[in-house]
Amino acid sequence: MSGPLFELDRVSVSYGRIEAVRQVSLSIQPGQIVTVVGANGAGKTTLLNAAMGILPSTGSIRFQGRAVNSLSIEERVTAGIALVAEKRELFATMAVEDNLRLGAYTRPRGERTADALEEVYTLFPRLKERRKQAAGTMSGGERQMLAMGRALMAKPRVLMLDEPSLGLAPRIVKEILELVSDLRRTGVGILLVEQNARAALRIADYGYVMETGTVTLEGPATTLAADPRVIESYLGLSGQAA
Amino acid sequence: MEAVLDSTIVLFLAQDGVTNGAVYALLALSLVLVFTITRVIFIPQGEFVAYGALTLAAFERGVIPPTALLAVGLGVAALLDDLIRDPAARRPARLVRGAAVSIGAPLAVLAAAAVAAPRHWGPAVEVPLTLAAVALLGPSLYRLVYRPLAEASVLVLLIASVGVHLALVGLGLLFFGAEGFRTAPLSTATYDIGPAMVTGQSLWVLGVTAALIVALWAFFGHTLTGKALQATAVNRLGARLVGIPTASAGQIAFTMAAFIGALSGVLIAPVTTVFYDTGFLTGLKGFVAAIIGGLVSFPLGAAAAVLVGLVEAFASFWASSFKEVIVFTIIIPVLLWRSIRTVHVEDEE
Repeated sequence: MSGPLFELDRVSVSYGRIEAVRQVSLSIQPGQIVTVVGANGAGKTTLLNAAMGILPSTGSIRFQGRAVNSLSIEERVTAGIALVAEKRELFATMAVEDNLRLGAYTRPRGERTADALEEVYTLFPRLKERRKQAAGTMSGGERQMLAMGRALMAKPRVLMLDEPSLGLAPRIVKEILELVSDLRRTGVGILLVEQNARAALRIADYGYVMETGTVTLEGPATTLAADPRVIESYLGLSGQAA
Repeated sequence: MEAVLDSTIVLFLAQDGVTNGAVYALLALSLVLVFTITRVIFIPQGEFVAYGALTLAAFERGVIPPTALLAVGLGVAALLDDLIRDPAARRPARLVRGAAVSIGAPLAVLAAAAVAAPRHWGPAVEVPLTLAAVALLGPSLYRLVYRPLAEASVLVLLIASVGVHLALVGLGLLFFGAEGFRTAPLSTATYDIGPAMVTGQSLWVLGVTAALIVALWAFFGHTLTGKALQATAVNRLGARLVGIPTASAGQIAFTMAAFIGALSGVLIAPVTTVFYDTGFLTGLKGFVAAIIGGLVSFPLGAAAAVLVGLVEAFASFWASSFKEVIVFTIIIPVLLWRSIRTVHVEDEE
């Protein structure tokens, strides 16, 4: 593959006069997990929202070599970019299976949704058990699985995950991140944003550290995990619990 | 003097109530539909009813209905608004498609109306043209008024609705004059069912309402587009993240509301004299029913509408000068009851 699958080049996002993200560049290859770690308020969620088109940004965002800056959220989804938002943004009153079917909204109408649905159920058997249940009545972990499953229904080439471990019990976090790690095999490029740096660096191939809106460190995940600065700020006993 | 209620009168009032209730049900359904998808409390829904009735009346008099002209005018304005706001709408392909939808469709209806109006082809031609002319007002109004306010609060949207209502009533006076109209009944037949005499017109109203409720139920429950609209109502950002174009969801909702409004107008026009400002009171009765359904429940809203119709019918028998007061008083205990036992539902996290 020539060139990266998804690339942010000097992307900045401002809320009024405050620059929440400054000149951030990163790139993702197919089948690669790239993580952005950093403390709460470092601008990680803002960066993902800009990449998805929820927030306006400056700089360039390229997908498969094509600039997508001017595309709306809907057009980016159709192109093959998906975001699992921090708040999941499920259709709470609707059944699990309806949530999933709507995930395939941008797929060509003739295509069989049933096959995609089976694939998602294979990945997340728990969702199949609960397919008639309203999404809002499920546990936090199940809702995260549903949000991921719904995003996968669109068959994205790039999947962005915003804090998938947020608010979940450690056992569930482990389960979810293993699933993310498995997704790599499908060739999808994953951009994983996490406060839980230890867990994220364990499954990622490459990582970026964000502090107050800028990238301060980057490198292969194993190198970052061994970097004294990262250990002290994010992996040590004083940092985030793993 | 006491009015005496015998079984014939009870049956007559019940029929009257249920028939009117069916029309209120249609209005309540449109209000719930528009509110759940766009959060707009759509006060002008009643104007669509009046426009529907008066447009059909214009056809019967052999006049080209001004509604069709208004649809063209609003379409032009909506397209210009698009071009000013959105550079992407200026791309040639989008421009052609936009012009076809915004101007082409209402122009086609106008042309058909101009051909049909003097020829008196009857309801089979005039009713569909009426419905088309009024339905086309819906999406243009949404694009001109509500889309720029999509992120605004429910209160701001409500105030915008009051503005649209006043504008449409004013235009109604300009278009149709202060005179009221009644159209020819769709059916003059009467049927004796047991002790009751049922009119063909009532059966039309009930049949159309029932068919529309079933169609809406099938659309929202069993089609991807219907579910996408529902999803937009439940979680707007979530809907955008799966690629549902939420702006067109609003347009679809308003088109459906305008269509259902016009259909209600066509149904009541033979039984009530409709004036340019009749829509408001009719719409408010639908609103009472929608409120009883909490503005979110289709079945509750529809059932409440039948209740409103019955209360109105019996109130007009016992205390006709107070019938509106009695109907609107129903809303007070409902609001009290709702405010006492409202459970705050947390939808996410």
